[in-house]
Amino acid sequence: MFESGELWPPIRLTLLLASITTFLLLLVATPIAWWLARSSARWKEAVAAIVSLPLVLPPTVLGFYLLLALGPNGPGGWIAGLFGGRSLAFTFGGLVIGSVLYSMPFVVQPIRNAFESIGARPLEVAATLRATPWDAFWTVAVPLARPGFITGAVLGFAHTVGEFGVVLMIGGNIPGHTKVLSIAIYDYVESLRWEQAHVLAGGMLVFSFLVILTMMVLEKRIRNNRL
Amino acid sequence: MTDVRKVISLRFAGTVGKFRLNVAFDAPMQGITALFGPSGSGKTTVLRCVAGLDRLSGRLSVGGELWQDANGTFREPYQRSIGYVFQEPSLFPHLSVRENLRYGGKRAVRAGVSEEIHFEDVVGLMGIAALLDRSTSTLSGGERQRVAIGRALLSQPRLLLMDEPLSALDHRNKEEILPFLEALHNTLSIPILYVSHDISEVERLADVLVLLDKGEVVACGALTELLADGRLPLAFRSDAATVFEGRVEGYDAQYGLTEIKVHGETLWVPGRVGKVGEDRRLRIVAADVSLSPERPSRTSILNVLPGQIRDIQLVDDAQVNVILLIGHGGLGPALLARISRRACESLAFSPGQKIYAQIKAVSLVGAGYSPSVVKSYDGAV
Repeated sequence: MFESGELWPPIRLTLLLASITTFLLLLVATPIAWWLARSSARWKEAVAAIVSLPLVLPPTVLGFYLLLALGPNGPGGWIAGLFGGRSLAFTFGGLVIGSVLYSMPFVVQPIRNAFESIGARPLEVAATLRATPWDAFWTVAVPLARPGFITGAVLGFAHTVGEFGVVLMIGGNIPGHTKVLSIAIYDYVESLRWEQAHVLAGGMLVFSFLVILTMMVLEKRIRNNRL
Repeated sequence: MTDVRKVISLRFAGTVGKFRLNVAFDAPMQGITALFGPSGSGKTTVLRCVAGLDRLSGRLSVGGELWQDANGTFREPYQRSIGYVFQEPSLFPHLSVRENLRYGGKRAVRAGVSEEIHFEDVVGLMGIAALLDRSTSTLSGGERQRVAIGRALLSQPRLLLMDEPLSALDHRNKEEILPFLEALHNTLSIPILYVSHDISEVERLADVLVLLDKGEVVACGALTELLADGRLPLAFRSDAATVFEGRVEGYDAQYGLTEIKVHGETLWVPGRVGKVGEDRRLRIVAADVSLSPERPSRTSILNVLPGQIRDIQLVDDAQVNVILLIGHGGLGPALLARISRRACESLAFSPGQKIYAQIKAVSLVGAGYSPSVVKSYDGAV
């Protein structure tokens, strides 16, 4: 067989990357989704389109530009300089930035839809009951948009786990640092180590199935609780 | 000059989409002021401007507090002491009935507003004690609206705004809520701006009426006055009616009639409709009133009131409105009579003439209000 020590690091790294990415995405995507749902700015659909670009852009194209941006001559290099590094490319930090951008539409869209489906009325009601906009956001908008947050978080997490093209472009294949699951599977297949590829790919299959199933059950439960 | 602490004084002008609004009126800081008009007349927009949910240029002061003026004063909705009851109940689905009720109250306490309207009182007044721990999704339409009204009251408002609170309800739910609104009217001293397009609701609840059409104020004054005002479209409806207040004087058990005094004159109403000394609001449909120059000696009609003709208006080729003032000196409330033009001309009715009104049916609408509300109010700006 094979040593289990070899399989574990990519799994650990992938879960860590997906968790951090999902956490950051919820922080970043929520205000963007709120603004997209509530603003009447004429150029808001342009912003929505930019956020959604990763849906249609080949991952290699996104990865290429990210590589430039994270490299020593881009803003990523400047940031890395602050911490005594040269570049964010081929680092775990770079992977996080890439994943956040790449998975952004999967988180923004469901949250935006949830905010939009609430409509203006509950927030108006809250305002007439002396709630400030900040207060109403946390006590009315967020609880009512909870299904959107759950869907967004699950999709963002799952999508980051499955990411391949972007990671390959900006992270390469450094074991323990940037070698995530999908890359590991690719490597095993390349080197004809089918057994290991089977374990990881099969695991991914089960994982993906469980994610979708959980989401469907959760959504149904939420819908039944309400109305 | 009216005391600013006793009125809601507003003036709004501007456009919302294609709709032009230009309104100004004063409403008393007590009782129910109805904003009445056809859909598209701007009633709801006025209410939303008072709440601060919409913003048009203008000025608004409520009981002496300036909420908006031309110099940039504009209180945000959450800074205004209002309760707003929307057309649909709009309860928060993620909160229980109790939590919904507490939502505004908690924030009022935090803002340092003194708690004058208490939880238990509102729960009692609105009859929602049994619903407190239920989820909002299990309530009927009428129950939801009662909770919504209670929630608005508990935010300790100085002014209650109601936007057609009954229009989304079916007839049964409507009849279920009306008594609660009347109870509200009689128990609490909070003034209410009440938007409606249903004249029967207005006749039942309002003290003061603001008549709106196409974004402008057509008339503004005491309900009893405006209903009998021959210059207004209200008097020309086929179901035109007048309302006035009376006081229960006694009950005739032998014939099952309640005696009600209106400006010294007696009206008999079937059934036992209240205790002695209680005020009741009466509604008389104009078509149920017939007129006679002398007191009819033998008639099956119970209620015959003396009065004096104030005005006669042509309704169409066949009918006229005769507006009379009840009482021997013609000093009482105004009553509208719809009679045929032929009868009017053959009997040669003319303004100033003494006359007797025979009233075929008197209906009781609501519990009556304190007449002081209207007396202290002196009309439009």
